[in-house]
Amino acid sequence: MYRYIFRRLLMMIPLLIGITLISFTVIHLAPGEPTDLQTEMNPQASSDLQARLLKQYGLDKPLHEQYLHWLGRLVQLDFGNSFSQDNRPVFAKITERLPVTILLNLLSLQVILVVALPLGVISAVRRNSLFDRSATVLVFVGFAMPSFWLALLMMDWFGVRLGWLPVSGLKSLGYEYMTVSGQFLDRITHLIIPVFIAAIGGLAGFSRYMRSNMLDVVRQDYIMTARAKGLSERTVIYKHALRNALLPVITILGLSLPGLIGGSVIFETIFAIPGMGKLFYDGVMMRDYPLIMGVLVIGAVLTLAGNLLADISYALADPRIRQGESRGL
Amino acid sequence: MMRLVILVLVVLLAACSQSDQLRSLEQPDDKKPVFGDTFIEGSIGDASTLLPILASDSASSTINGLVYSGLVRYNGDLKVVGDLAESWDISEDNLTITFHLRKNITWHDGVPMTSADVLFTYQLYVDPETPTAYAESYRQVKKAEAPDDYTFKVTYEQPYAPALISWSLSILPKHLLEGVKITESRLARHPVGTGPYRFVEWLDGEKIVLEANPDYFAEGPYIKRFVFRIIPDTSTQFLEIQTGGLDYMSLQPLQYDRQTDTPAFKRLFNKYRYLSFGYTYLGYNLKRPLFQDRRVRQALSYAIDKQEIIDGVLLGYGKIATGPYKPDTWVYNPDVPRYDYNPKKARELLAAAGWADRDGDGILDKDGKPFRFTIVTNQGNDLRSKAGEIIQRRFRQVGVDVQLRIIEWATFLKEFIHPGKFDATILGWSTGPDPDQYNIWHSSKTGPRELNFVGYKNAEVDALLEKGRRVFDEQQRKQSYDRIQQILAEDQPYTFLFVPESLSAVASRFHGIKPTAAGIRYNFTQWYVPQRLQKFSR
Repeated sequence: MYRYIFRRLLMMIPLLIGITLISFTVIHLAPGEPTDLQTEMNPQASSDLQARLLKQYGLDKPLHEQYLHWLGRLVQLDFGNSFSQDNRPVFAKITERLPVTILLNLLSLQVILVVALPLGVISAVRRNSLFDRSATVLVFVGFAMPSFWLALLMMDWFGVRLGWLPVSGLKSLGYEYMTVSGQFLDRITHLIIPVFIAAIGGLAGFSRYMRSNMLDVVRQDYIMTARAKGLSERTVIYKHALRNALLPVITILGLSLPGLIGGSVIFETIFAIPGMGKLFYDGVMMRDYPLIMGVLVIGAVLTLAGNLLADISYALADPRIRQGESRGL
Repeated sequence: MMRLVILVLVVLLAACSQSDQLRSLEQPDDKKPVFGDTFIEGSIGDASTLLPILASDSASSTINGLVYSGLVRYNGDLKVVGDLAESWDISEDNLTITFHLRKNITWHDGVPMTSADVLFTYQLYVDPETPTAYAESYRQVKKAEAPDDYTFKVTYEQPYAPALISWSLSILPKHLLEGVKITESRLARHPVGTGPYRFVEWLDGEKIVLEANPDYFAEGPYIKRFVFRIIPDTSTQFLEIQTGGLDYMSLQPLQYDRQTDTPAFKRLFNKYRYLSFGYTYLGYNLKRPLFQDRRVRQALSYAIDKQEIIDGVLLGYGKIATGPYKPDTWVYNPDVPRYDYNPKKARELLAAAGWADRDGDGILDKDGKPFRFTIVTNQGNDLRSKAGEIIQRRFRQVGVDVQLRIIEWATFLKEFIHPGKFDATILGWSTGPDPDQYNIWHSSKTGPRELNFVGYKNAEVDALLEKGRRVFDEQQRKQSYDRIQQILAEDQPYTFLFVPESLSAVASRFHGIKPTAAGIRYNFTQWYVPQRLQKFSR
């Protein structure tokens, strides 16, 4: 097992280098340069500004030199400085945005799991019942509805008309002057609509997945055996079937690891939440190469780590796989 | 249902009585400025850097304008008045400007400000190591000196009319920046200036907070706190302003026209509209044979109904542009040829230029070639693409077949504008109060990546642009620019389309706002909230 993990980790190195090489090339292929914002169509900019800026950012060197330079810094865990006018370290910019994004994603993932898994199980157990059908319709409506539209409606209704919840942002203006419990409450009220909106689109996927898993498992021989033993339907479903149906969910959870740091631009724009999505989007628009690469590298590492994690936990959870592997080794 | 109706009625009644109450409470001491309260502005973008020498976006300039001061500034009538400088003398030959600085001005950290700071700022701007977009004006300076602590003297090689206002640049603190690499200075995140507001905090992507500078050298400021909230979506801003989460936002024409036309909104907010500095135009690539005949360009200008574009795209919130200057400024020349919508005249001019529909397909042709071209514009600007569609239809009516292509900004510049591979383009210029537009119209500025990308060349305009830069007297300058406007109107290198209006809403508790040609923000330090209307005590 450990040898297996070690081998997988070792494999990640060339994979990562490949990913960065491709991303680096593709980004530089796009027309436009980080200096454009200051120099293009600016009546005040002098003609040599472009050259000065290119030199400052090291963009006057050949592409392969730029890549090696960047890679050299990355090995020392230095993502470089942003090309935007503030010249701040990319790492600082990312870590500043990361907590909010992770918090929102974790909360919405939790809501999704808590709602979608039971929904899927019940739908499967009572297949084609009224509950199953209406649940199906509802989750698909949630999935299909444009989230920005629903968000605006909710903000208008709960924020403006009823005045129950704040419209946007993460904290109220007088946050610094609130008591600790007031601050906590303030945080929560700011999160309600965003988390709801983020979760509603994800319900469909998980609940349908759970439903079909469950339906598969219920048809298995060991379920028939369990029933034949005279176990109660409850025990059959929630002890024997559910455990097995949950297995593939582990894989999905592992794969959603990189999703935790990814934010949606539309979502963050609507709620005025300074998260990773907006950071990355603005970075791409400004051709802020170090920032784009920084976010991509973190995303790539998490994707690879998520895959590994999913495989390992799958092996831990499912004895069939574990045994199959040891036999193979 | 009945219950709902009653509820609505009650709410309406409550709203009415409340507004009556407020109106009757309008008191005489509301006229006297008092200190206090917070002003919350909504912005779609975050600032990029709070070092004005490096900033080029409007969010950064809003903050920098409050934190820093220049030697001079524009007042509400767009006249140059002293800021850090008490007065200035311009030498007989127009080559030397001597500024006399106010005394007892301190930086926000308490260190006194002197002419050494001004000299340092100048040197920083012209330093080749400084990646600033604003060096051009200061490179014209031959000699800059600070003979004593309160005098700053600059000498120019040639008289340079925009020189005076160029000293509205934000003066930077020498004691904090000397010996520091400008791109690595901590002032980019923690600015220290001499302006009416001091920096408090900046939460990236969330808000920037400033507070009144008690040692400010001029009158005011009266508003205690300034909060700059970053809300990227204008619909969200609009919801926020209704809940009181914002005191100021710029409005879209639709929001200004329809959504804010409710009694509740009118009671809590005042709306302002004024012409913005800038205009949108249809520029013709004059290197293309198709557009080399002036009559063709004039005909195309006649074929476009500009008012229709303003009504359709801006819901009427704009004015027809007749040239490159804003209609309510001193330099604007109203007596230039106008091209009011006239399809008959357009057809006549096109016929005179040899264009006629000889094959009967509805498209004009000449020497067997149809009159067909493509208008390119950049993606992300709705006004431009919509204007393009309206123009397309009008051109078709006079027998000109036009395609419209909308392209991502960087690609648009790299593939079309810079290499000159376009027929016509819809773009806009944002201008300032100074009339110098040398970079846009002079024939020496037609090279790659330069701003006269349509390739306009007119010897008389060249000479006038040079002359306009060399004289200081407003009346004398106006003569040059009046003539330039006339020639541009005759030549129509662009069809000037419209000057949009800036639309905004400010919470009505703020008093002292006086809209002028300069907008409303120029006297922000004079704004105040009468004691009884103050909303925030901290």
